[in-house]
Amino acid sequence: MNTDAVMPKAACATCSLAQNARLIKLGIETGGWDYVVALAGNPNTGKSTVFNAVTGLRQHTGNWPGKTVTRAEGGFIYDGKRYKLVDLPGTYSLLSTSVDEEIARDFILFGQPHVTVVVVDATRLERNLNLVLQILEITDRVVVCLNLMDEAERHGIKVDDRALARDLGVPVVPTVARRGEGIPELLAAIAQVASGEYATRPHRIRHLDPEVGQAVERLTREIEKTFKGLPNARWVAMRLLEGDERIIEAVRKHELGELAPAAEMASTMQPALETA
Amino acid sequence: MTDKAMPPDSPDPLLDMADSLRQEVGPDFHDRLVESIYTDASQIASHTVTHDGERGRFYWDRTLDRLLTSRTWGFPIMGLMLMAVFWLTISGANVPSAMLADLLMDKVYNALHGAASALSLPWWLSGFVIDGMYLATAWVVSVMLPPMAIFFPLFTLLEDFGYLPRVAFNLDRLFHRAGAHGKQALSMMMGFGCNAAGVISTRIIDSPRERLIAIITNNFSICNGRWPTLILMGTIFIGATAPPALASFAAAASVVTIAVLGIILALGVSWFLSRTWLKGETSAFSLELPPYRPPQILQTLYTSVIDRTLIVLWRAVVMAAPAGAIIWLLGNITLGDASLAVHLVQLLNPIGLLFGLNGVILVAYVLAIPANEIVIPTILMLTLMVSGSDAVQAGVMIEMEDQTQVYNVLVNMGGWTLLTAINLMLFSLIHNPCSTTILTIWNETKNLRWTTVATLLPLGLGFAVTFLTATVARLFGLV
Amino acid sequence: MAVTVQTLDTLAPGQKAVVKDLAVEGLERRRLMDLGILPGTVIEPELKSPLGDPTAYLVRGTLIALRREQARHIHVVPLEEEQDEH
Ligand SMILES: Nc1nc2c(ncn2[C@@H]2O[C@H](COP(=O)(O)OP(=O)(O)OP(=O)(O)O)[C@@H](O)[C@H]2O)c(=O)[nH]1
Ligand SMILES: [Mg+2]
Repeated sequence: MNTDAVMPKAACATCSLAQNARLIKLGIETGGWDYVVALAGNPNTGKSTVFNAVTGLRQHTGNWPGKTVTRAEGGFIYDGKRYKLVDLPGTYSLLSTSVDEEIARDFILFGQPHVTVVVVDATRLERNLNLVLQILEITDRVVVCLNLMDEAERHGIKVDDRALARDLGVPVVPTVARRGEGIPELLAAIAQVASGEYATRPHRIRHLDPEVGQAVERLTREIEKTFKGLPNARWVAMRLLEGDERIIEAVRKHELGELAPAAEMASTMQPALETA
Repeated sequence: MTDKAMPPDSPDPLLDMADSLRQEVGPDFHDRLVESIYTDASQIASHTVTHDGERGRFYWDRTLDRLLTSRTWGFPIMGLMLMAVFWLTISGANVPSAMLADLLMDKVYNALHGAASALSLPWWLSGFVIDGMYLATAWVVSVMLPPMAIFFPLFTLLEDFGYLPRVAFNLDRLFHRAGAHGKQALSMMMGFGCNAAGVISTRIIDSPRERLIAIITNNFSICNGRWPTLILMGTIFIGATAPPALASFAAAASVVTIAVLGIILALGVSWFLSRTWLKGETSAFSLELPPYRPPQILQTLYTSVIDRTLIVLWRAVVMAAPAGAIIWLLGNITLGDASLAVHLVQLLNPIGLLFGLNGVILVAYVLAIPANEIVIPTILMLTLMVSGSDAVQAGVMIEMEDQTQVYNVLVNMGGWTLLTAINLMLFSLIHNPCSTTILTIWNETKNLRWTTVATLLPLGLGFAVTFLTATVARLFGLV
Repeated sequence: MAVTVQTLDTLAPGQKAVVKDLAVEGLERRRLMDLGILPGTVIEPELKSPLGDPTAYLVRGTLIALRREQARHIHVVPLEEEQDEH
């Protein structure tokens, strides 16, 4: 299957109204969902703005990294299907085991969203791809929202979204979230990835040096044997090689795969506070 | 799931394999992985992104940054911005505040009383509802709505433009010296809206020690519940002493002085904490300075009025109505020869005067524990009540839409002086956080000791500072 | 010409350099790498805070502010040919 989720611009000049009619914003109502969609991305790329545009809610937004620090949930109906959308705090990476990336990391890893939308800043694509490539190692159900296209244009930056979609193997949708441009196309892409209609072929990190690459491969095979059907064995292998305590613990307790999002993660400050 | 858990030292073939592979690859696995990710990323970026012209960074951003963070202009511009925001807020809010007061406290108030007597409601019912709940609410609305409807959009415009991280960048050295995290400046700016939100926003600081410092000192950022107190005091006591043309300028300057004092206090207390109870290394700090983005003015106006102003106002109203009811009851239940309010105020008055405040102000701050917003209405209602003036019926405020009349009530009936006003401004800055904020601090720290410190430390400091100013003023015979 | 290694905090404003290595470990190291500062990255001091510290560096198209005590741990090699640009 080779459907290109990035709708050709010309075809959509007239259809965006019709597509919008297929969207019903549900605000804070998230019950009875068919799909869970996570909004991830670097800080300050417009995740909360996308969230607001789709759910009709008014999460606070602001032009500085770190505006959102808690998880927010909202709902919408698109094409008759109910979606729960989760706005996450921005992170530069999911590899650092630092506290401020914890909410996002835990949700993407253990919340097992049906689709993860990575909102990227079109004016600084290279650094944003760092996170995109990490997320593509965790899940193959990804849509890239290439936001801030107006800013890119203002600064004379052009991004070839089709080439990018080819390279990443997932849909790439250019948007100007603040004006609602591209949101219908984004929803269409989310729906296609959620239903499996768009089969993604996610990019895998290529330039691993041979020694590291082999270690990852060997461990991945072993993990796949132990945990059949685990979607992100390669990622788990990388985390084990790094010595990530959280993942080691999950393997030891055979919790991988069933690790649901812990309802309320205990405040991670606590142990540290007792010694403070 | 716990039953399945094996003892931690039981051999797990998978983990053993991971261990031995980890030994083979060596400790720099993370580095190598990240390097390969970046190699992939720059390869992909290089053939999907094209630039018009080879400018390292956007020309305008660069020029503007040079100015806003310049050695000469960085600080004056910050001061000017702060001054401009308050000057616009104060001078812009004057007229609509008076109009609202006229409408709510004269026209609607009289209409309500008219309706009550037409329905021949018992005096205590109409008193409780109209002179208690309604009046307190009306006061809160007319004191808060106009300044908030100006302040919030202005602040949001600066935030959307991208100015806040530059402020953090300019001030970082001071925070560093105080042993605090550089992002504490950002959480303090969030505290200018609401301290509970400011406390939550400290989550961007990932060192527990520095985060605690930020939480405890967030209260020194003046929240929206306190701005109206400062603005009113600054306007009627300080602005009024300046020539009329400069009145709102002087008022703004007094408010800015208090706000800056708050920043200095936050730095001082951070310094103290990081050298005593919260000793430790300063953690690494990095702050991304985002590109400037032209804000969408109309949308910002709309959302900040709808979201922030109305939500804040709603909270104030929800708090004000019950407070008004309590005040009315205090004023109308008599014990012996005087009302409860009189007893209470007389009891606290000597203590209040010691701190250059008075009994009414202390009662107001007890009632205002749930929300600082109701300080002003409480002070005015109580002052009228206990003055025993014939001009007013117990528990009622009438025709105070004119700010000179507020001044007259406070000075003539309440016995206020310039010292009372200044100390009220100081105490408004330095006292315990509101109950919502205390609860948030508890939720964020889950630690009774630090929640207590965060509550009592500013309160103690507030009494110390007001005692000091009152004593100095007395020594110099200023009061 | 001999390769001169210096620390990031000693770079003159506007002087481009290539990161040689990061002399920190643990979380702080991972943090820097997350921000795109790793061996081989081109970096350039662009703004100094009015009080002299921190400094904001241009890295991969983004301004990142670092305090001096961190910049001291980043070893760089100046790019000579870039100097006459300013
Ligand atoms: N020009 C332009 N600005 C945008 C666009 N999308 C978002 N913004 C602005 O960019 C800023 C950041 O947006 P947010 O939605 O708060 O970003 P975020 O990704 O949620 O940020 P964090 O919560 O800090 O991770 C805000 O000032 C938005 O108004 C866009 O498409 N174009
Ligand atoms: Mg956000």
